[in-house]
Amino acid sequence: MTQLTTPPAGAPAKTPAPAPKRRRRGSGFGTMGRREKLLRYALLLLALVVTVGPFVWQLSTSLKGAGENIYTSTPQFIPSDPTFDNYLRVAETIPVLSYAKNSLIVAAMTVTGNAVGATLAGFALAKLHFRGRTLFLALVLGTLVLPGEVTIISQYVTVRSLGLADTLIGVALPTTVAMLNVLLMRAAFMAIPDEMDEAAVIDGASAWQRLIHVGLPNVRGMLSVITIFAFIGAWDDFLWPLIVLTDPQNYTLTVGLQYLSGAFTANPRVIAAGTMIAFIPIVIVFATLQRFFFRGVEEGAIKG
Amino acid sequence: MKTQRWFTPWLLLGPALVWLLVFNLWPAINTVVLAFTNAKPLGGGSFTGVANFERMLNDEQLVYALVNSIVYMLVCLPLLLFLPLLLAVLLEKKLPGITFFRTAFYTPVIASAVVVALIWTWLLEDRGLVNGLAQQLGFLTEPLPFLSGRWLLLFSAISLTVWKGLGYYMIIYLSALGNVSRQLHEAAAVDGAGPIRRFWSVTVPGVRTTMLLVSVLVTVSALRVFTELFVLTNGTGGPGGRTMSLVMLIQMYSRGFTGHLGYASALSLLLFVITVGPMLLLLRLNRKAA
Repeated sequence: MTQLTTPPAGAPAKTPAPAPKRRRRGSGFGTMGRREKLLRYALLLLALVVTVGPFVWQLSTSLKGAGENIYTSTPQFIPSDPTFDNYLRVAETIPVLSYAKNSLIVAAMTVTGNAVGATLAGFALAKLHFRGRTLFLALVLGTLVLPGEVTIISQYVTVRSLGLADTLIGVALPTTVAMLNVLLMRAAFMAIPDEMDEAAVIDGASAWQRLIHVGLPNVRGMLSVITIFAFIGAWDDFLWPLIVLTDPQNYTLTVGLQYLSGAFTANPRVIAAGTMIAFIPIVIVFATLQRFFFRGVEEGAIKG
Repeated sequence: MKTQRWFTPWLLLGPALVWLLVFNLWPAINTVVLAFTNAKPLGGGSFTGVANFERMLNDEQLVYALVNSIVYMLVCLPLLLFLPLLLAVLLEKKLPGITFFRTAFYTPVIASAVVVALIWTWLLEDRGLVNGLAQQLGFLTEPLPFLSGRWLLLFSAISLTVWKGLGYYMIIYLSALGNVSRQLHEAAAVDGAGPIRRFWSVTVPGVRTTMLLVSVLVTVSALRVFTELFVLTNGTGGPGGRTMSLVMLIQMYSRGFTGHLGYASALSLLLFVITVGPMLLLLRLNRKAA
C-alpha cells in the first residue's frame, strides 16, 4: 500500500504529457490524478475482499469434495476438484426443497398482500378526502415507534388464537400489510401533481379509475421497491418463523438451516452448501433489481 | 374535492385497517395485558399482578442480557458511524466500475442474518479461516476460541453486525454526501487541506444530521439484536446463557413447556421502554428528512 500512496520520485515522469492544469493537492475534482485513482481502486478492492470474501469462501467450501482438506493452513479459494455432492447431501439431511418452497410461499403471500393492501390504502390516504383520515394516519405513524420484537409474543398469541400456529399462513400474516409500506405508497401517490388528478375528476372518473389510470402508472417505482423489500424481508426472516413453527416439516429455509447446523455440525461443507441454497436466490433477485433497490433506499425506505 | 361515495375510501383502506387493528394496535395493547399474567405458550393463563416484574428484578440472566446490549451498542456505534462513511466517500467519485463496487458492498445487507452467522461460524471456528490466517501470519500462536468464551462470542457477534451493517449505512451516507458542498471541498483544498483534514472539517460536518440518524438506527438495532447471537451460540446463549440479548430471552420464554408468555411480555415491555426514546427520535428525523 505504501508504494501506492507515495510513489518513487521518478513516478511523475510517467504521468501522461501535459502537466496538471492547476495545482492540485491530494484528491482532485472532476478529473483526478492517476495516483489518486490507483489509491481509490486499491481501497475499493480491499473493501471488496472484506465484504464479499466471506461469501466466496463459503461458496468455495461448499464445492470442495470429501477428499479435499478444508482446514489447510494456506487457504485454497479454488476447489481442487469441484463437486456438487454437498448440495445433494443437504437434500438428504433436511428436506431443503420443501423448506425453500415454504419460504417462497411465505414470501409470495407477503409480497401480494403488501403490493395490494399498501397500494389501495396509500392511494386513499393521499388522494381521497374523508373523515378519519388524520386519525388513521396518526395511528399508522404511531405503530412505527414499536420495534417488531416488542409485540412478537402477543402477535404469537393472536396467531395461535386464530388457529394458525405452526402454519405458513401464520408466518406470513402479521406482515401481510405492513404499515411502513402504507406510508411509503402514500408518499408516492402524494408526489403525483393534483392537476393530473383533477383532470381525471372533471372527466368524471371514479376513485377506482383514478387509481388505475392516473395513480398506478406513476407509482411503479415505489411499488417495485416495497415488493422487493417485502420479498427479501420474508425470505430472510428468522425470529418470527422460529416462534410460530414447531413441526420441522413446516420450517422455512432460515429456520431449517439453523436446524441443519445444530443437528449436524460435523461437516462444514454441507452447511456451506445449505447456506448457499438460501443465499443464491436472494442474490439473483437483488442483482436483477438492484437499481430499484438503491432508488428505494434513497427515497426513504429505511426500516428502523 | 369530494366526489366519491362516502364508503369508497374505507373500501380501499379495508385491508390496511384490519391489519392496523389486528396486527399492530391489538398486539401492542395485549402485550401490556399479557405482562400481568402467567400465560403459557400452549394456552391458558391467569392474572398474576406484578409477579413478572418482580421476577425481572431477580433475573440474573436479564442483567447479563442488558450488559451485553450496552456493550453491543457502545462498540457498534463508533464503528458503524465512521466505517460506512469512509466507504461512501470511496464510492462517491464516479470511477468506471463504481456501480459494481456499490452493489457488491451492499450484498451482506440482503443476505439473511442466519446465512451470515453460519458463514461466521465457519470462519471463526478453531480451525477456520480467521484462526488459520492469524496463525500463519504470526498474530496468534494458538487458535482463539471465538465461539466459546462469553466476551469473545459477544465480540464475534458484534463483528458480524458491523460487517452486515456496513453497506446499509453506506447507502444512507451516500445520498447525504451528494448535498455536501463541492465548493467547500475545493476551497479547503486550495487552502492546502489534505484529504484527511478535509474529511474531518468538510465531510463530517456536512453529514452531521445523517450521522445523528445513523447513530439512532445503530442504537435501536443493537438493542434488538437476536439472530447473530442465537446462531453463533447455536441457540444456547453461550456459556451459562450469559451471551444472550434481551430479544433472545424473549424468544427463549416463547417456546415449549417451560415457556412463559407472561414473563416474555414483561420483557417485551422492558424492550419497549429502552427503545422508545431512540424510536421517537428516529421518527422525527425521518419526518424532517421527508
